[in-house]
Amino acid sequence: MSDTVGAIAEKVRSKNAGPFWVTVDIFCGSEAAYRRLSAGLDTARAAAALGTETQLLRRFDIPDLNVVKLSLPRPAVQGTAADRDMHGAGWAVLVAGLALD
Amino acid sequence: MVRVLVPSGALGLGYDAEALRRGVAAKPDLIAIDGGSTDSGPSYLGRGVSKYSRASTKLEWAGLIEAREAAGCPLVIGTAGTCGTDSTVDWLFEITREVLAEEGLSAKVALLRSEQDPAEIAAAYATNRLSPLPPAPEIDAALIESCTHIVALAGAEQINAALATGADIVIAGRTTDTAIIAALPLARGANPGAAWHGAKIGECGALCATNPQSGVILVDFDETGFTVTPLADGARATPHTVSAHMLYENSDPFLLYEPGGHLDVTGARYTALDDRSVRVEGSEWVPSERYSVKLEGARIAGYQTILLALLRDPRYVAAADDWCSDILEKCSAKVRDRLGTDDFTLELRQIGKNATLGPLETQTGDPVELGVLGLITAPTQARANEIGKLLNPYLLHHPLTPEEEQPTFAFPFSPAEIDRGPIYEFCLNHVLELADPMDAFALETHDV
Repeated sequence: MSDTVGAIAEKVRSKNAGPFWVTVDIFCGSEAAYRRLSAGLDTARAAAALGTETQLLRRFDIPDLNVVKLSLPRPAVQGTAADRDMHGAGWAVLVAGLALD
Repeated sequence: MVRVLVPSGALGLGYDAEALRRGVAAKPDLIAIDGGSTDSGPSYLGRGVSKYSRASTKLEWAGLIEAREAAGCPLVIGTAGTCGTDSTVDWLFEITREVLAEEGLSAKVALLRSEQDPAEIAAAYATNRLSPLPPAPEIDAALIESCTHIVALAGAEQINAALATGADIVIAGRTTDTAIIAALPLARGANPGAAWHGAKIGECGALCATNPQSGVILVDFDETGFTVTPLADGARATPHTVSAHMLYENSDPFLLYEPGGHLDVTGARYTALDDRSVRVEGSEWVPSERYSVKLEGARIAGYQTILLALLRDPRYVAAADDWCSDILEKCSAKVRDRLGTDDFTLELRQIGKNATLGPLETQTGDPVELGVLGLITAPTQARANEIGKLLNPYLLHHPLTPEEEQPTFAFPFSPAEIDRGPIYEFCLNHVLELADPMDAFALETHDV
């Protein structure tokens, strides 16, 4: 079985970035883990896991911080009847569970 | 050099009193604290009320008024009362008058109002002065006018107008989180990139440091950069904690849009001055051609009634998907038949299975029980409650098979139907163009 993001990263967190966006920060914890994650994280697979389209997912690979950041428009705007997670806290586990190439 | 003391990320979250005393002893030019956020959802803006308890707010605000007296500098709060409507500005002003009276103090208080008349915003929409930000919801004049509250996010210009009145205390309606910190350094000639970047780093208090819940930090601004220093015991800022804070609640970790331009931190350099302070230089402020402010609006999107049932029988826990879908089908048909309407939504979420992530959930477990949360949204509370009463018998007794003895499930409450009142939605992600920064804002002063 291949490594998952959560097994390699030091921490994965998610939070609202305003009512219309949610952002997921992958703190890799080391340069080696960053290289592994940055190379092995497939953007299209991440978009599918997050329930969005690849072209809507913004990805930032930040070597200075050993961080990979993913931001997406919320599929349900914060607080609408369809929203399940007011603060966007639960999205992190979807990314943590992703298999790396 | 301009020194801004930030007691915590939000009034109501608490701060370290000893660290605040250290901050006062460091002779700040301004004490600035944020009072709000959209982060807890649209209901606060929709109703124009604070998220935090009045008692906590008053206690913490009294501590800051006392700190202001000791420091002899202005105290500014942005987005007073969570949402920054006129009602929450007035709420905090009332608390301020109580505190001043009880402490035997006097102060000049400036109120900066950010609330907008929906009819005027609809008129601005009609004259193409609103521009959408991605992903903006579809809007029209009727939708804008249906908002219960609309606020504009003030920037540094409006905060500086309030400070220029000579006020001891500024209670601002909705502002950007950063404007209350960036304004004074900008007015006194600090580097604009540093002013906004230091404000972004400081706006959540000590979240940019280790021991993030300790709250209190100092930010020193000058002509080339800024220095951030947390003040609580054991709190340290490092180049990593400071630079990583640009990630927090930002969809883009390098750019931050503000009234009148944007901050670009791509070229920022972070240097440890010692084991607790960090110096930052190289951030850039890029002015925009036109001056615009962001709008937030909330409107009623229906009324909700909820019910909670608990499945503990292992057979029902195992077959919960089938049980829920059968109830949804039968109950929805009954609503259409008995109430003659399709204008409702009915949803059952299984707490313990996938209530957080819904269809995106990839993990399965073996729970001993499941909570089944019934959510009904309808155009009126009476209608939502009536549908709740139609759902109730299903959640209590619905059998998996017609021939089995009637089961009964656990209800934690009586009545099982809980009316949530109106639910609100954020319905604007737009900016409003202004000829003059004060055009959408009002300033008044009071000697208390």
